[in-house]
This record gives sequence, structure tokens and C-alpha cells, in this order.
Amino acid sequence: MANVLAPQKRMTIGEGGLALTFAALALLCIVIAAKAYTPEYAFHAYLFTAASVASVFAIVNRYYDRPAETPLTIDGKPNYNMGPVKFATIIAMFWGIAGFLVGLIIALQLAFPALNFDLPWISFGRLRPLHTSAVIFAFGGNVLLATSFYVVQRTCRARLAGDLAPWFVVLGYNFFILIAGTGYLLGITQSKEYAEPEWYADLWLTVVWVTYLLVFLATLWRRQEPHIYVANWFYLAFIVTIAVLHLGNNAAVPVSIFSPKSYIVWSGVQDAMVQWWYGHNAVGFFLTAGFLAIMYYFIPKRAERPVYSYRLSIIHFWALIFLYIWAGPHHLHYTALPDWAQTLGMTFSIMLWMPSWGGMINGIMTLSGAWDKLRTDPVLRLMVVSVAFYGMSTFEGPMMSVKVVNSLSHYTDWTIGHVHSGALGWVAYISFGAIYCLVPWLWNRQLYSLKLVNWHFWISTIGIVLYITSMWVSGILQGLMWRAYTSLGFLEYSFVETVEAMHPFYVIRALGGFLFLCGALVMVWNLWKTVNAAEAEQPAGVALAPAE
Amino acid sequence: MDPTYKAVSEFAQIWGLVYFCAIFTAVAIYALWPSRKQQFDEAARIPLRED
Repeated sequence: MANVLAPQKRMTIGEGGLALTFAALALLCIVIAAKAYTPEYAFHAYLFTAASVASVFAIVNRYYDRPAETPLTIDGKPNYNMGPVKFATIIAMFWGIAGFLVGLIIALQLAFPALNFDLPWISFGRLRPLHTSAVIFAFGGNVLLATSFYVVQRTCRARLAGDLAPWFVVLGYNFFILIAGTGYLLGITQSKEYAEPEWYADLWLTVVWVTYLLVFLATLWRRQEPHIYVANWFYLAFIVTIAVLHLGNNAAVPVSIFSPKSYIVWSGVQDAMVQWWYGHNAVGFFLTAGFLAIMYYFIPKRAERPVYSYRLSIIHFWALIFLYIWAGPHHLHYTALPDWAQTLGMTFSIMLWMPSWGGMINGIMTLSGAWDKLRTDPVLRLMVVSVAFYGMSTFEGPMMSVKVVNSLSHYTDWTIGHVHSGALGWVAYISFGAIYCLVPWLWNRQLYSLKLVNWHFWISTIGIVLYITSMWVSGILQGLMWRAYTSLGFLEYSFVETVEAMHPFYVIRALGGFLFLCGALVMVWNLWKTVNAAEAEQPAGVALAPAE
Repeated sequence: MDPTYKAVSEFAQIWGLVYFCAIFTAVAIYALWPSRKQQFDEAARIPLRED
């Protein structure tokens, strides 16, 4: 090693400690694999072993390759750590395509049940959590990791805290996704919606998530900017709340360390309450607070306009986080949950209109003085339409939480349509917008084609419209058929008659999903060409910084 | 009905309302206080500043 002049290179405590921990974990997992109750669990234990061994090699290799010290600033400018951000961005697109594809498959399975092929691994019941987890936690989660690590560095003007920690967070999180996803296909689930992974995956995620929180907090701690920008508040609320929700909802006791099965400590209606406290706040803090942070950074940046009202953003933030946490009981209307708790959930859901629309107005009005950009910049259009969808679905949600409306809408496809207007329209569109911004910034290139972004926008938008309108019709149809009585007081329709009536709408929904997937494939192509083909344009950018 | 349950739910219903009104007022006063205008106007431009 030729580091005579450089400061002496030493293996840090973090590197050594982490390598040893992973070595110990590898050994433990081999023992677990050998004594596992089921082959599926043994498979997961071997995956843990392989990943731990790979981590030890990666840490040692990195030690030999890295310089003795990583400076926090270069020429007075922060030495940003963008490696983990790049990784999370790429893997987000990978999981996005996978998640949309599985969504299309299960939409087709609902329309044409023969597509289950009578195989357990690809039956609807196993693919459905694969779809929801892939789009929410794998796609959405990686977008949040990428953007939060990007935004916190840029708005604090400080390098990401930690050396191995940011890599541990992004790689560890994706390993959790791998365990969760393969588990669903193999039939490992604790049967809690949006929290299906079993105890050992939950435990692993807890370690990863606490590290995420520490990296984020430590980066805020070393900020050069006196004020903590509002996007970071939203990210922090998202990280902290998800940690609390995850711990509360997954308080389970495993049968044995050699078994994937566990039992939850809550029972009966308490379990239902905790589950929907978790479930609704996964929507509120994962899919809303985190993506509002994206809105508050990427829309001003792309529109080159300051936030419309920073004061409104503060009120928006505090009102949103204090109200959202109480809205969960609206998932349990007309159940064993006490009436007053149901009404409380409904009331808080209705109050949520205020911060939701405050935030929507703040996001859209940030364009004031730059409205013309909507015509010329399809990336900005994606993001503004996403905020419009946010407004629409946060109007629809509180309306559906009203008990009388819920008595018609609950358990029908209307709910599915509502979720997708939020997930496709709001979450996915703001993510696409952010990624279209991020990739050129991270790789220092020009976006390959704005025209393709335009194509993506229109193909996907038609897909979303087909999806949500067909689910409105199907859901209301279904709800009305379920509650129709004959003059003698008997139910007018059998269940299977309602299923038959929904068939055409299921086909339209699948078509909508297909279009959405096609749009995302156009995006992947566009990003691929941006990262690979634009290298010729590099010198122009580099010429501005000859000192390097 | 269990008296403890009733007492707890009544307490939560009354004082929850007071609590929410109080913190909302506090946040609104903090955000709208005139002397903070300049600080917040600057903060709104943080994403636009390049390093």
C-alpha cells in the first residue's frame, strides 16, 4: 500500500465491529438453518448466512480500496455522499417494475381466475402481499431512502453522517425486502395487512430502521444551515413514526428461534385496533409524510420558485402529524370496536381535510409565477398532477370514512380504487418526478428525452383514469348489490352474482394497470439512456470545474 | 359498562379536545408571528440555493 504520505490507514471500530458482527450472524444462521422446523425457514437462514458472509467480504474489500480519510468538505464545498442515493434510486426502479408487473398479474387473476394455475406459489393470496409490499415498501421505500439521503445532505449542506451506516441502511433495507418477498411466495406470513413479514424479518428491519434514524439525525446535527428545512421535518416524522408503528404492531413472540411462526401479544379487537393504527399510519407517514417531504424539496427546485408559504408548511406539518395518528379506527366501522372509538377515527379523518388541502395548495401554488413551465416541462407536470391526485384522494378518503358512506364503500372495490388514486396518482407520480430530477443530478447528465417523459405521463395517466373509474363503478355496484333486499326481506343477489357483475370492470382495471406498467417501462428506457448514452456530453460539464 | 372505562373515555374526549386546540393555537402563533416572517421567507428559498 502506497500511503506513505497520507495519514496512516486504520480499520475503524465500525468496520471491524460490523465485520465481526456479520461473521457471528453468519455462524448463528448456519445453526438455525441446520435445525430449522421448515425448509422455507432454512432457506431464509441460508440467505441470511450468504448475505452476512458477503457483507464481511465487502467490508474488508472496501477497507483496502478506500482512502485513509474521507474529507467532509472539498474546497469549502460539502463532499456529498451520493453512492447510497444512486443505489437506492436504481433499485427503486427495479422494484417498481416488479411491483407493477405483479399488480397486473393479480388484476388479471381476479378477472380470469384460471391464471392462478392451481399453483400455491403464484396464487392470488400470496402474490397480493408481494404486490403491495413491492410497490409500497420496495419501490416507495427506496425512493424515500434515496430522496431523504439526498435532500438532507443538500439542505443541511453537510456530508451524510456515518461511513458504513448509510450503506448498511440501503443494503439492509433491500435485504429485508428480499426476505419479505420470498417469504410471501413460500407461504411465510403473519397475516397482518401491510405488515406480513414474520418476526425475524421484523427484527432485522428494526435494526436497519434505527440505523436509518441515527444517520438522519446525525446528518441534521452536523448541518451548516442554521434552519432545518421543512422537508427534513417531514422525513423525520416519517422515520420516527414508522419505527414506533413497526414496534407496536409487530410485538410478537416466536414459537422458537428455529421456527418462522410467531404469535402476536395483542388479542381480539385490541389486535385489530393496533393493526389499523399501524395500517392507516403506514399510509399517513410512509405514503404521505415522506412523499410530502419530496414535494417540498423537488417542486420548488424544479419550478425554481420558493415554497409558496413557508408558514403554511409549518402549520401543515404539525396539524398533519397530530391528526393522522388518530384516524386508524375508520378501518373498523361497524365492528366490535367501541362506537366512540369509531366516531373518533371518523372525526379525525374529516379534520385531516384541512392539513391535507393546506399542503396541496402549498405545493401547487409554489408554481405561482412559473405556471408556463407546466406546458414545457413534463417532469414538473408529473409532480403537479401528483399533488392534484393527492388533493383528490385526501378528499375521497375522509368522505369514505364517514360511517354512512363507509357502510356502502367498505369491503368493496371502491376502497381499492381510492387506494390506487393515492398510490398511483400521488405516490408514484411524485416519485417519478423526483427520480426524473435525481438521475440527471446524480450522474451529472442531461435527461435523455423530455418527449419520452411526456409519453410516460400520458400513457400512465390514461392507465390511472381507467383504473380508478372502473373501480368506482365496480365498487358502488358491488356495494349496492350486497345491500339489495327483495320485497320479502331476502338478499336479492348471491355473492357469486356480484362477482360476475364485476368482471368487465376487472378487465378494464387490468388494462389500466397494463398502461401504467408500460409508462414505467418507458421511464426505465429513458433513464437507462440518460445514464449510459450521455457520456459524450460529460466534457461540457467537467470543463466548468478544471481544478479537479 | 366498566366505570373505569367510562371515566377514561370521558377524560380523553374532553381533554383531548382542549389539548388539540391548545397545541394548534401554539403552532399557529409560532408560524404566524410577524417578526419571524423574514426568517421563514429565507427558509423557503433553501432548496434554491446552490453550493
